[in-house]
Amino acid sequence: MKHAATRIGFLALLAGAALAPRLSAQEQFIPMPSYRVGPYAAGGTGVFGGFIDYLDMLNLRDKGINGVKLTWEECETEYKNDRGVECYERLKGKGPTGAAVFNFLSTGITYAVIERATADKIPVVSIGYGRTDASDGRVFPYVFPLITNYWSQNTAKIRFIGMKEGGMDKLKGKKIVNLHHGSAYGKETIPVLDLQAKKYGFTVTHIEVAHPGNEQESQWLQIRQLKPDWVILRGWGVMNPVALKTAAKVGYPRDHIIGVWWSGAEEDVEPAGEAAIGYIAAGFHPSGTDFPVMKEVQKYVYSGGHKGNLEDLSRFGKTYYNRGIITGIINTEAIRTAQAKFGKKPLTGEQVRWGLENLNIDDKRLKELGAVGLLQPVKASCKDHEGGGAIKFQQWDGKKWNVITDWIPSDQSIVRPMIEESAAAYAREKGITPRDCSKE
Amino acid sequence: MDWSFFVEVLVGGLLAGVMYSLVALGFVLIYKASGVFNFAQGAMVFAAALVFARLREKGVGLLPAALLTLALLVAFAFGVEKLVLRPLVNQPPIALFMATIGLAFLIEGIAQGVLGAQVHSLDIGVSDVPIQVRGIAISKFDLFSAGVAAILVAALALFFSRTRTGRALRAVADDHQAALAVGIPLQRIWAIVWSVAGFVALVAGVLWGCRIGVQFSLTFLALKALPVLILGGFESIPGAIVGGLIVGASEKLAEVYLGPRIGSGLENWFPYVLAVVFLLVRPEGLFGERRIERV
Amino acid sequence: MIYREAGQFQTTYSGDMRIFPIRQDRIAAGLLLGIAFLVVPFVGNDYWFGAILIPFLILSLAALGLNLLTGYAGQISLGSAAFMAVGAFAAFNLMLRVQGLSVLLAFAGAGLVAAGVGLVFGLPSLRIKGFYLAVTSLAAQFSIEWVLTRFPWFTNHNPSGVISAQKIVILGLRFDTPVRRYLLTLAIVALLALAAKNLVRSRVGRAWMAVRDMDVAAEVIGIPMLRTKLTAFAVSSFYCGVAGALWAFAYLGTVEPQAFDLNRSFQILFMIIIGGMGSILGSFLGAAFIVLLPILLNVATHALLPASVSGSLTSNLELIVFGGLIVFFLALEPHGLARLWQIGKEKLRLWPFPH
Repeated sequence: MKHAATRIGFLALLAGAALAPRLSAQEQFIPMPSYRVGPYAAGGTGVFGGFIDYLDMLNLRDKGINGVKLTWEECETEYKNDRGVECYERLKGKGPTGAAVFNFLSTGITYAVIERATADKIPVVSIGYGRTDASDGRVFPYVFPLITNYWSQNTAKIRFIGMKEGGMDKLKGKKIVNLHHGSAYGKETIPVLDLQAKKYGFTVTHIEVAHPGNEQESQWLQIRQLKPDWVILRGWGVMNPVALKTAAKVGYPRDHIIGVWWSGAEEDVEPAGEAAIGYIAAGFHPSGTDFPVMKEVQKYVYSGGHKGNLEDLSRFGKTYYNRGIITGIINTEAIRTAQAKFGKKPLTGEQVRWGLENLNIDDKRLKELGAVGLLQPVKASCKDHEGGGAIKFQQWDGKKWNVITDWIPSDQSIVRPMIEESAAAYAREKGITPRDCSKE
Repeated sequence: MDWSFFVEVLVGGLLAGVMYSLVALGFVLIYKASGVFNFAQGAMVFAAALVFARLREKGVGLLPAALLTLALLVAFAFGVEKLVLRPLVNQPPIALFMATIGLAFLIEGIAQGVLGAQVHSLDIGVSDVPIQVRGIAISKFDLFSAGVAAILVAALALFFSRTRTGRALRAVADDHQAALAVGIPLQRIWAIVWSVAGFVALVAGVLWGCRIGVQFSLTFLALKALPVLILGGFESIPGAIVGGLIVGASEKLAEVYLGPRIGSGLENWFPYVLAVVFLLVRPEGLFGERRIERV
Repeated sequence: MIYREAGQFQTTYSGDMRIFPIRQDRIAAGLLLGIAFLVVPFVGNDYWFGAILIPFLILSLAALGLNLLTGYAGQISLGSAAFMAVGAFAAFNLMLRVQGLSVLLAFAGAGLVAAGVGLVFGLPSLRIKGFYLAVTSLAAQFSIEWVLTRFPWFTNHNPSGVISAQKIVILGLRFDTPVRRYLLTLAIVALLALAAKNLVRSRVGRAWMAVRDMDVAAEVIGIPMLRTKLTAFAVSSFYCGVAGALWAFAYLGTVEPQAFDLNRSFQILFMIIIGGMGSILGSFLGAAFIVLLPILLNVATHALLPASVSGSLTSNLELIVFGGLIVFFLALEPHGLARLWQIGKEKLRLWPFPH
């Protein structure tokens, strides 16, 4: 009995393997270096879930992009840099034309892979994270921190604060605290804040929270002593709900706490319960299901017996999931743009790179995609690999996020010089000659 | 010098320290009874909190949820004893330590695989609104946790010193083979100890889960427990409390008063450096057992 | 039959003192090195070099360093990753600030800096023992991590705190392809492993083992406690420092302090426990186990399980299998894979006879 069962099981396995879809010639391979375990699994499962679902929807509804089917394979990185590099090396050659584009959802892994990807001619997209100075495409031809980067976001935040205070001139003399995570990510906005403090006349105090941020009493007691007008929360993971709870404990008004977009998901506020109601977070996309594209995904992927990537269906429409959807939109639109030039066939990384650099999602296209309001117009160029830069602000009401502003643009007059300076320093260090965009 | 601010930071630190001791208690229990440093304690805290949170989300009442989770933990303890401790009996402590590391991975994988990677909020009905005592804000929840910890410690201390099982546990901690020779049922004792440690993990998990939400970071609490253990001694239950108080208070005060001067974010290394300094003076910790080495 | 030493006589002292006195061992070792240096560069591909072999070699080096400290000298340390970090940043800063410094000298310098730091953090070992010492090393781990993040001087004022390692150019030859970096790493690791093997067979190594087994007795017979323990810390940190420098230069190309966090320290400790403490071979076996097994599991779960099984389940399954295998191997042989290998060799000597 036991032997029969084992034998049947083994045969079933073989059958399953044999029936597994084989990559045929008309397929575009997109690697999925996801992380589904560990402390950041909530973000990883949400974003990659949305990404995969969007690709799935395109396959089911349109048979891929212009008839080229999309395929993907996951590789667990556990949010670790070395695993990310291993996944990159493992997946980069898969598919008829190799990997089209990499999205790691991790700044550390993105940094580690930049040189390899540039040498291998495969583009790396880092939407809302990654190497900020890669916005200068002349030095980083293969890296695309699209939609917006941390420095742009920060200037938009200061603009928002200015709005709330009644004008940028009213910022003079105000006190802002930058409560940040004790990591490279957390420290990234210190220079841009200092610059703006000098420009607009407010004082900024940087207070660090040691990783992982389970305990923040001392920091918030300090904040209470300082009595700042605004607190910018640049957190990650558990630091976020703890910050909100501790803020409530010391009595700091939560509607004067503004979080970055890695502090603005449902998972970041729900554990804080009541203490999070009224908290404002920045985001480059809203949550919610009230967009035609979301309805399409619902229609094709989550009904008719088909199973989507999410295990918990209540996550559909939440912040991380929507981030995955727009990741899907950006990547596939780039492929589509590239196909318009190179032909309706599976493309190489180099060709997709061209598509990314010439990405132009305008209002008209957004309407066709059904993503008006979900995604902002994105236009990349040789010089500008960011292509967007605007932020929306949402406020948590205990059950969901409500958008409270329209798209607030970043202040590129502050951000761009910093980016170019940093990119130029990198170019000098590495002996790279920046591209001449006028010649291309 | 703003005294009321100082007292506030101090009190906050002391109460946070009590929460650390709760996690440290689990380590002490297992180390006391089996000489094993249970690396999986952090994972146990996380898993217990996760199971409890999911049961509560399904609508199970407070007490039934707690009992169900406890039952699961007891079953787990028996399983661990049979499959991990028994094959490794009398092996060097480093091998057992490594086995508990493997156990930690197992628990984390099973917990998140079966129950999902989502973050859950937990509420047991005690609010976090601060009460004002002479101008100093003290969190009601922190006071509640301190109370729970005090009761737990008292109960455990009584258990170890007054009951037969407790004495048997101490005998086992001293020498496994001698305890076996005297007729103490080693396997059952270990299963009991791991169950009690599981219970402590549940309490710690629920309290911490209410504080910061039930998520993977709960496993990192084990790291905060280590300096507590050093200061208090690995084998002492009251030591865990005292160690916790010292660690909590000192780390908060250091962050507030030293931080602005030498750079913030000290909380990770300050308790450890403090522990090292302490150990140089008293190598076994405050309440640890003095080891006399003979050639 | 094959593995018999019958008929092999040594006629010189040097012959008797060889690392591999049995001819079969010498042949096997020679074959292994030959394949590693001469065959693998031609049959491997980018993936194998860049993602599997190089990290395996680098982590074996770090595991070797930790094994010298913990396996041979008996001082438990949980801060090995911090010393790797010191090495990485030291190498970067040496290359940055000393004009025209050769990369190999930078690596050596990085090792020396790490050794110095290790010496400082090894001082408490004179008073503290066992698990308490392990926690002391955690103080090293956390404070070094904090210092590297806090003072922008270390990262050359990079706004995101990530350093980008310089290119490796030795005697005009550029080491920028995965094959060349593999060969460089292999050469360095082989050299240092040889040095380690000789170190543990020498007076220093014997002093370490005496301290490990019973330090009070060792002191009684005249082994200088201070010098022995501190040498252990220094040498171990040197190895970890070089490993860290290689990690930055030959493997990832970029480094942030978080790459050398507590998880990395634990990973290295796991390697020597699984591989076998007090064994040079054990460091390599353990590193292979810890580095290769998760990747193998990842590939296997994706290949064997149908695509409909959720990604989360497969990832968690990997963790479960990994943890289960650790417990299994320890139950099988608590002294690690090296001991299993030794038992295997013993059995081979008698094969095909049972005894």
